[in-house]
This record gives sequence, C-alpha cells and structure tokens, in this order.
Amino acid sequence: IRFLETFEDQFLYRDLGQYKLEKWPNYKIRIKLFSWATLPAQLLGPRSLLPSQAKPNPSSSSADPPKPAPRICCRRCVRLGFAPPVKMLSRISRLGVHALSRARLGQKSVTSRNQEEPIRACMNYVGNRSLCSATEAKVNDRSEQPKAKISVTFVDKDGDETVINVPIGMSMLEAAHENDIELEGACEGSLACSTCHVIVTDVDYYNKLEDPEDEENDMLDLAFGLTETSRLGCQVIASPELDGIRLALPAATRNFAVDGHVPKPH
Amino acid sequence: MGRRLLLPHTRRLMLFLRPMRYSASATATATAGSLRDPLHVCVVGSGPAGFYTAEKMLKGREGVRVDIIDRLPTPFGLVRSGVAPDHPETKIVVNQFSRVAANPRCSFFGNVTLGSDLSLSELRKTYDVVVLAYGAESDRSFGIPGEDLRGIHSAREFVWWYNGHPDMCNLAPDLTNTDSAVVLGQGNVALDVARILLRCTTELASTDIADYALDALRSSTIRKVYLVGRRGPVQAACTAKELREILGNYKMCLKNVNVYIKEADLATSPADKEEMRNSRIKRRVYELLSKAATVHQENNDNDRKELHFVFFRKPTKFLPSEDGSTVGAMELEKTLLKDDGATGKQVAVGTGEFEELKCGIVLKSIGYKSLPIEGLSFDKYRGVVPNLRGRVLSSESETATVEPGLYVVGWLKRGPTGIVATNLHCAEETVDSILEDDRKGLFTDPSGPKRQGRRGLLEILEQKNARYVPFDGWEKIDTKEKADGELKNKPREKITRWNELLEAAREG
Repeated sequence: IRFLETFEDQFLYRDLGQYKLEKWPNYKIRIKLFSWATLPAQLLGPRSLLPSQAKPNPSSSSADPPKPAPRICCRRCVRLGFAPPVKMLSRISRLGVHALSRARLGQKSVTSRNQEEPIRACMNYVGNRSLCSATEAKVNDRSEQPKAKISVTFVDKDGDETVINVPIGMSMLEAAHENDIELEGACEGSLACSTCHVIVTDVDYYNKLEDPEDEENDMLDLAFGLTETSRLGCQVIASPELDGIRLALPAATRNFAVDGHVPKPH
Repeated sequence: MGRRLLLPHTRRLMLFLRPMRYSASATATATAGSLRDPLHVCVVGSGPAGFYTAEKMLKGREGVRVDIIDRLPTPFGLVRSGVAPDHPETKIVVNQFSRVAANPRCSFFGNVTLGSDLSLSELRKTYDVVVLAYGAESDRSFGIPGEDLRGIHSAREFVWWYNGHPDMCNLAPDLTNTDSAVVLGQGNVALDVARILLRCTTELASTDIADYALDALRSSTIRKVYLVGRRGPVQAACTAKELREILGNYKMCLKNVNVYIKEADLATSPADKEEMRNSRIKRRVYELLSKAATVHQENNDNDRKELHFVFFRKPTKFLPSEDGSTVGAMELEKTLLKDDGATGKQVAVGTGEFEELKCGIVLKSIGYKSLPIEGLSFDKYRGVVPNLRGRVLSSESETATVEPGLYVVGWLKRGPTGIVATNLHCAEETVDSILEDDRKGLFTDPSGPKRQGRRGLLEILEQKNARYVPFDGWEKIDTKEKADGELKNKPREKITRWNELLEAAREG
C-alpha cells in the first residue's frame, strides 16, 4: 500500500515518507485495540467524547510541530509526543471517536498529508447528520463554543409547556426548530410571512425587547390571533436579559385579539 | 482490510446498541406507523392550502397516505403563478412544501385534472378522505357594457401571464398602444400589477418573470397607471408592506414614479374613524397614504412615470377606441359612502356624476372566483363550497347534511382572501375536522369495499391513458429552469408551454 487506505491503516502501517509504508509490528493487537476504542463512542453517541476546547483559529490549525497543540488529532502527533497529559483510555476513546467519524464519512483514502485536519470538522459533519430537524440546522456555526444560554419556555396551543436552552444570539425561530417545537417558519426568517408569530406572555419581557421595525409590524398586521404583546419569532434574538421568557403560540381558542376581527387581504 | 473497521464481535454488540435515532418524531412515526390501518387521503390542488393540509394530516395520524393531485405539471399553485416576481422571499415556503412531498407517505400527481381525467365520484370511491383545495381560477365581473372589448383583462390573467402560467402564455396584452393603464381595485393584487407595469425593466430582468413578459414590458409605452377604487383610502384592501414598496424610498421600492393622491379624498368621516380604530392594518394604510399625499412631487421629467390613486369612482361602461374593438376610455361614476345597516360596513352608492378616463388597457382586480365541478354543491353567490368547518355540506340551505369523506380547504372554503399563512390555520381547522371524524370511525366501513388509495388512482389513470407527472418530474423541470436561469442571471427561467413542461418532466 503506497497510501494509507483506511483510517485503521494508520495504526497498522508506519509512514516512512517517500510513499513508503512499513507494517507496524503487533498489528493484530493494534486491530483489537482500535475496534475496542470505538466502543465508548458508539455507546455514548456522536460528539459525546469531544474535548471541550476554544474555537480554533484557522491559522493555528496548520501549526508547525514545535507548537504544543492542546489536543491530539492524529497518530503523528502521538508519535512525536505531543499528546496531552490525559489518561490512556480517554485518548483511545478519542481515537475511537475520530475513527467513528471517519467511518461515517466513508473516507477511504487518508493520506499522511491530511493529519492536521482537526477533529472538529468531522464532528460537525457527524453532528449535522445526527440532528436532522425540520429545517437544516446549521450546527457547524455552534459547535464547541461554550456560549451562554438562556432558558425559554414555549407554551403551545394546548397549554403544554416546553423549556429549552437557547444560546445567546440565536433567534427564537431557530431555537424552536432545533428543539422540535411546532413553530412554522414559512419564509425561513426573511420577514415575508407571519407564521412564526409568538405571544410574549409577560409585559415586562415584551418591554425589554427592542421595538419592532416597520417591516416586522407590516407582517404582524396579518398575523393570526394578534395581541398587544405579539412578536415574530425570527426577530426575537436571545440575550441575557430575556432569561426565563415565556412565549405562547397563537391558537384559535385564544381570543386575545385586541384590535377585533383581523381583516384578511390578499 | 478495506472497509472492515470493526471486529465481528463488536459488530454483534452494535446490533443491540443501535445508534441514537435522528429525531424523536421519526421514531414515533416509524414504529407506530405500521400498527394503524392506513387512511387514504387525496388532496385536490397543490397550492399552500393543499400542502399545509397534507403536512398536518401526515403529522396528525399514523398510517396516513396522502396523494396530492394538480391540474398542472408543476406544484405549488399561486406561490409559483401568483406571487409577483419581485417578491422572492414569499416563495421560500416551497422549501417546506418540497419536504412534505419528499415524505414517503406522500405522493404528488401532476397533470391530473379533476373533471376530465377523474370524476369526483371516482375519487370518493378510491379514497377514504377527499380534500378539495383547488382554489379559485375564475374572476368576478362587473357585468357592465363593453366588458368584452379587447384590452380589458382580469388581473388574474395578467398575473398568470407575467408569471409564466402555461394557460396564459399566449395572452399577449398590447402594452404599446397607449400611455395610460387603468387597474380597477385597490387590493394587493392590484398593487402588484401596477408595480410590475411601472417597475424599471432592468430590475425585473434579474427576477423569475417570464421571458416574453419581460420583452413586452421593455417595449411598453405605459407611463401612467390609475388605481381606481369605488370607496375611500380607509377601505382600500391593500396592506402596509405592499404600499410601502410603492410609496417608499428605500432600496427595493419602486423608483422614478410620482404618486398622486388627492387631499380631498383623505377626509375621514366618524364611521371611517371607527373602522380605523378597529383595524390596525387600515390605520397604517391610511397613515401611509396621507403621508404620500403631502409629499411634493418632483418635476415631471420624461423619465418619471405616474401612479394615480383614484378614490370614490366606480366604472359604469367601457368605451371603444377609434377602431371599435379595443377599449379607448371608460366612464366612471362618483360615489358616496353609506352605512349598510345589514353588515355594518360602508358601501359605495352612485351620485349620478360621471367622468371619463382615457386608457388603452384595463386590468380588473376585483376578486377571484372559484369554479364549480360536477357532483359538488356550490354557493354561486359567494363562490365557495358550502361547508361547516371544512366538512362539505350538500347545499347552502339550512337543512343541508354533511357529505361523508369530502372536505374543503383554502380559497374554495373561505373565499379568495388571505395570504399564504392564512391557509395554515384554515388547514388546521379542516384537518381537525377530519381527525375528529376519523376518531368517530366514520371512515371505517366494514361492509363497503376496501378503498385502494394510491393503487386505485394509478389504475384509473392507466385506464384513461393519462400521463401523470410525479414529484421527481417536477424536480427535473425545476433543475432545468434553474440551469437556464443561471445563464441569464435570473433565479430561474420558467418553462411556459404545456408541451415543454411535460417534455422536461419526462427527460433527464
């Protein structure tokens, strides 16, 4: 084999450079070790063993070897001795996680040049595929950033409450979709419909929000079940002072319409 | 070596420890779906009403099989053929509808017409539930002399024409014989039509407007558009967003157009003030119009076009031009508002004073109307199917009975009003009725023959030799339109002829 064909080949063959590979001794043991390494990741699910880390800079991902990387991403780092001071099991588990993600990606040719690729990219792919929801949730934007979250309660039309954690900066519509709450978003947040209409149940929280712009007001005019404290979910962005906000979904039975019958134009 | 990544015994372990399901709802539907009897539902019409109904039926009950049929090979109804080309954000909802159609329990059958390929009775025999969502494909008319002159079109036809609907590709309205166009009506459709007539064609060239319409608009000589309404600014049926687009001065608004509104028309009576107090929309529309009336209009260069808002005028007849067959002018009668005791609304009453308005093209935008089909009760006055929360009634009289298994949703149920989102709530109501009837067991009839659903439909279509277009046929059309549009810097280049549409759906 001139190139390392599969990920497991990295454990079985030693890259001598110049397209030469040498079989590692004790490769049978290595196969066993490799397989068992993936087991924790399988049991706990994808992205579960991911080390918590700060957002990596694009420049530092192609760091030269002398700079101590705080994580291992490849066997070469292990060989050169830059593994972090962690227990053996957790390191193997991370290898397993890496292997699992590569397996899911179906990558067959892993050349030695690819060793610097961060785990994050693989994990994001795995995360993306695991979190199918009604809209394509853009998971890569919110990977391992330890963002502050606020607690938001959604009350649906039957009165059932769902409490979710929303990272700061995310709109309520996106948060609802990520948590499988039935909030429609026909125009996907482009202020061209009124389907993400939510009612802020507490006036104090409503006053903390910024005033709606003209475009939002235009869409709210046409919303079903409009109230004095209605907003569009795609325009309510999570911020620290909105922690604990309760948002109710409009219902036919909820007769809050202060303006009386809402006329329905074309 | 190769693909083998796990030892055999590890793989066996994995059988017992399945990976986490991608979403809870998928699990619920997957495991429980097989347990309940299948419910065969047919939705006639693939616009927002039809798709929202299909979506809610799929969510509302396990074991539902939904088939959506449409007269056209392309789905999405008025989202494709009614929304103006310069409003692409409104069309984003087709992504959601495409996801519904991609559901394996849902199928789309295009190019299948109720009435010719299928009859309503055949459908009701094949499906447990039939939901009619075919909207309104006809127009209200004035019934005044001269309405059949050339140059008078309904707004529906004009909108279908510039949106590339295959039924109207040969409309060929003459935009070169005059500089004045009159639009009768002041709703959002009227504003759309006026805006397309007045918009700079360079802006339209990067939208998905039909190519022949863009050519016609490039050579159009129309400089003045009159928006004529029989009542006042408080009763105008348009909404703030569309008005702002015409009157405003931000990036995407109409440019190089002078807007003329008479101050005298803006006087409000106590009844008007009452109406505005009750409706947020009317308040904002009135504010926008009064602000626009006070803006000093710039000099009338040759470049600037004109938009006139004409209130309190109703048309009494259309007068021919010199050649005798095309419209040349129209007679308008001044109106006054009177309180109609019965409905509480204000109605326009003629005063006997007439005036004439010269024009070369008239677009009537006074409302759509639904078409009746054989075997279906129909309320001709209101233009809807008599129904009770979506359940079709046998007639509009008080002693009507509910027709089993037949439901109605959308414009056919409520009349031709509302926006895309209004159909969401309309569909919820109808689906609630269907599920209630299902819980009562109205669809399980052990004595009758078992309904075939999709299989039965395919048999009927084969017998009649009807070539239906499945959803991936639409996807082929979609890909081709987008590819053609790329070449011209448009989001898509619509295919506008029936034979070309069917051909594109078959090839590839």
